Amino acid sequence: MENKKKPLSSVLGIGELEPDNTGSSQVNVGAGERILSVAGGVLLLSSGLRRQSLGGFLTVAIGGYLFYRGASGNCLVNSAIGRNTTDSTDTTKALIEITKSLTVNKPREEVYAYWRKLENLPRFMYHLKEVQQLDDKRSHWVAQLADNKLAGALGTVEWDAQIITEVENEQLVWKSVDDAKIDNAGEVRFMDAPNGQGTEVHAVIQYRPPAGQLGGAIMKLFNPAFEQMIKQDLRRFKQLMETGEIATIKGQPSGRESEQEISQKPSLKYADADQQHESGML
Amino acid sequence: MKAVCYNGIGDLRTERVPDPSIINPKDAIIRVILSSVCGSDLHLLNGYVPTMREGDIIGHEFMGEVVEIGSEVKQLRKGDRVVVCSILGCGECQYCKDTNWSLCDNSNPHAWIPEKAYGDSPAGILGYSHAFGGYAGSHADYIRVPFADRGCFVIPEGLSDEAAVFASDAMPTGFMAADLADIQPGNIVAIWGCGGVGQMAIQSAFLLGASRVIAIDREPERLRMAKEISGAEILDFSKVDIHEALRELTGGRGPDRCIDCVGMEAVSEGLDYYYDKAKQYVRLESDRPIVLREAIMACRKGGTISIVGVYGGLIDSVPMGAAMNKALTFRMGQQHGQRYIPRLLEHLQKGELNSSFLLTHKMSLDAGMKGYDLFNKKETMRVVFAPGL
Ligand SMILES: [Zn+2]
Ligand SMILES: [Zn+2]
Repeated sequence: MENKKKPLSSVLGIGELEPDNTGSSQVNVGAGERILSVAGGVLLLSSGLRRQSLGGFLTVAIGGYLFYRGASGNCLVNSAIGRNTTDSTDTTKALIEITKSLTVNKPREEVYAYWRKLENLPRFMYHLKEVQQLDDKRSHWVAQLADNKLAGALGTVEWDAQIITEVENEQLVWKSVDDAKIDNAGEVRFMDAPNGQGTEVHAVIQYRPPAGQLGGAIMKLFNPAFEQMIKQDLRRFKQLMETGEIATIKGQPSGRESEQEISQKPSLKYADADQQHESGML
Repeated sequence: MKAVCYNGIGDLRTERVPDPSIINPKDAIIRVILSSVCGSDLHLLNGYVPTMREGDIIGHEFMGEVVEIGSEVKQLRKGDRVVVCSILGCGECQYCKDTNWSLCDNSNPHAWIPEKAYGDSPAGILGYSHAFGGYAGSHADYIRVPFADRGCFVIPEGLSDEAAVFASDAMPTGFMAADLADIQPGNIVAIWGCGGVGQMAIQSAFLLGASRVIAIDREPERLRMAKEISGAEILDFSKVDIHEALRELTGGRGPDRCIDCVGMEAVSEGLDYYYDKAKQYVRLESDRPIVLREAIMACRKGGTISIVGVYGGLIDSVPMGAAMNKALTFRMGQQHGQRYIPRLLEHLQKGELNSSFLLTHKMSLDAGMKGYDLFNKKETMRVVFAPGL
């Protein structure tokens, strides 16, 4: 069924920008090959995930790569050897938008300052491994891909971003630049909440799914999980700002582990147990 | 350590699991001295609250000794004897600041699950399914308590472990039920359910000015306690028509305030019990709102309905027409324990509330399943596990 609802950005009047069409929209794998890649990937993935062994993990890794290649239409090998098996008609590009607003019970200056120091973002955005500020406007981002079952197999995705508008304590707008693997753009606004209830944070993130109809269809499947992840990221931002810590159950005991197992030290950076649990429940 | 773990519907196992450790700076580790079963644990065990996972440690009503504190814990010291609120509150979000602790924005790491079902997420609850955070529970030798400064209350000297343990959950829930009912001096209050929460609601209603409390149940022992210890007039729903009886006992007006301490797993002798049971069985309805229907019909015009019995999802055939045309007020919620516990400990010390009689069976953790069987069959008021036994 076609979704006839307008993107929220057009209602809210914020985040009405489009990511540049540079990186992820570039296709060098043909449609036929991509369908096979995805099918093979799904098969290996689902059989791999059912096994918890090393063999299972390797199957997941290979399945994950094939899946990524098929879904994204971007084959690292193809691009390395300059091969391109694309049909020229396969260029449909949809824009995916994620919006989330929440209220943080802290003064606007404080909330803005924490966010503006982009190096802080991976503390609560668990899909980000690292953000490096290159200069005042430019930054380098390193992320794990949307679905954490695939993340281990796919490794990391990196891109550079540029701040295009900045109004201190009010607004930040950025865009990915220079052949990003996933073209994206976003805007965050900071406003006073009524009655001294702190700061409203309004975020709109847009990204271009990997190119082509197959890519679009696959990304639609993944979109709820990705959207869920972004929303969880923002919720963790609120927790961190308000309480100084992020609520978690990672590292707590249960009857699923035996007493002999040393409970691993949890880290703030990667709450993969929580995330795996989340995706299992979606 | 030892812990009572959920292993599937109706299946608990006492297992050896790793000890908990400090994970976040505001955590404390508590050595559990007493940990009580609670009616809402039965909703988990009977499969009415989804998102339980095999291996989850259950239990949320407990007291014990602080044995370890995180770097940001300021109010507690090792060795403190504390009672711990079953519901977690961060103390920093707007809801906590307004003392609506069970609505805390920040204590549920799985907030997205209830947000899908309820539109919003309530606070995290210890040992109470993954929708409410997935925190490990208290039927164990040790438990990790997040936001410990907010949820742990030092028990005054001279107050017994047996009395203090219920200040964790049953007492604040019962007291809140009476508080939300907005009892005016002289009001007649009807209370459905004479378990631990119901008993505390009866006593609290008197403390807040009720002239008479009418308590409803069918278990003879619970009714006896409601009458002899908590001081209520009692009605056995298996013997009388509750609606008729409440009208007759109140000069034809109906009770001024009606309190539902039963919730989703209500039973009755009437047809609507089988209606709800059948719908619940085929998953067309998640809860059995028998008490709620009865309370709405029985309540006097302009009266208040206070709900602390747990409802999980969707209910059918609630007489909204009656509620609207009789101009009833509805108030409800999970307990805001942090708001009430200090006051309750004082009432206990002064002898204005009596809670230790709720403890009818004390058992070791090894008797986990046996204790719940007893409780499930309503053959006991409260089974309390003492890991030291
Ligand atoms: Zn309870
Ligand atoms: Zn809070």
